[in-house]
Amino acid sequence: MIYFVDGLLWVIALGLGLIAASRSRAFLRNSAREGVVDCVRLLPRIMLGVVGSGYIAALLPQEVVGRWLGADSGFTGLCIAILGGAFTPGGPVIGFSIGAAALKGGAGAPQVIAYTVAWALFAVQRMFIWELPVMPERLVWLRLMASLPLPFLVAGAAMLLGRP
Amino acid sequence: MSPEAPIRRRPRKTFDWSSTTLAVAVVIAAAVVFWRDGEARFLEILYSDFRLFIDILPKVLAACLIAAFVAVLMPRDVVMRWVGAESGLMGILIATLAGVICPGGPITIFPIAAAFVAIGADTGAAIAFITSWTLLGYARILVWELPFFGDEFVIWRTLISLPLPIVAGLLARFIAGLSFPRKGGG
Repeated sequence: MIYFVDGLLWVIALGLGLIAASRSRAFLRNSAREGVVDCVRLLPRIMLGVVGSGYIAALLPQEVVGRWLGADSGFTGLCIAILGGAFTPGGPVIGFSIGAAALKGGAGAPQVIAYTVAWALFAVQRMFIWELPVMPERLVWLRLMASLPLPFLVAGAAMLLGRP
Repeated sequence: MSPEAPIRRRPRKTFDWSSTTLAVAVVIAAAVVFWRDGEARFLEILYSDFRLFIDILPKVLAACLIAAFVAVLMPRDVVMRWVGAESGLMGILIATLAGVICPGGPITIFPIAAAFVAIGADTGAAIAFITSWTLLGYARILVWELPFFGDEFVIWRTLISLPLPIVAGLLARFIAGLSFPRKGGG
């Protein structure tokens, strides 16, 4: 599955490259160079974020996080879940495994949903490594503000529906 | 409009305050792990994260290339009409759909979203696109979420999340209108 995603990404990149090449050789060269230069500039940050975040994640007591998301933790639990999601370091493995462990350990589904949604939307570390360097700052802050109510909305909807 | 028209993109600094903050946090955490759990654990984390880093590299390169090509190839009038400031709810719906079908994870989305904003996409649409990609993107759901949570949880989580990109996009437009008066287009 991962290879499929990687492959599709490269098919799109190559397809766009072909279209660029059909305009002119120089056109392709210039835009490809710009893409590569961007990538190289980002490398130190990614290195720091990916290779370094494992250490931050290693300090995280996973069982404790799971207990905080308990089914009867109510609104406070929800807020903790959302904050926890935002500050969960590390790659997708960490976030999803904490959520899954919490669910198995008896955490409430709305809290776990709020946790995964908050983590997907706000991951503070990802914001530092990715968003701020590659997007206009105004867009990043706007996105954060506009996303603030979303975890509460999903948790609310999950509670109302009584699912999953 | 000439496709060759120059595009002003934000210069990207390699290192700044945000990286410095993260670097300090990483050094402290690594030191604590080394001191608390010993050298073996320290190296184990280093190896596994380094492998992840190598895995990510091709994605990053592909995303940066896509962003660079999109910035020069996408006809700006089309972008403005579909997802520009005047695109209304339709622009947000299109951006949401684009977020669902685009491949890749959160790593690839920010440079591409920024490229679209640079050529005239509206911020509300861009935010709907990012939100949709992070919450509804099939790659993340299939590769990561399904194996960890199982299908019932994932299906309901996804259904409940469906309207969220639209909410975020509209809210972003509202906030932008309130407190961030536009200073000319990107």
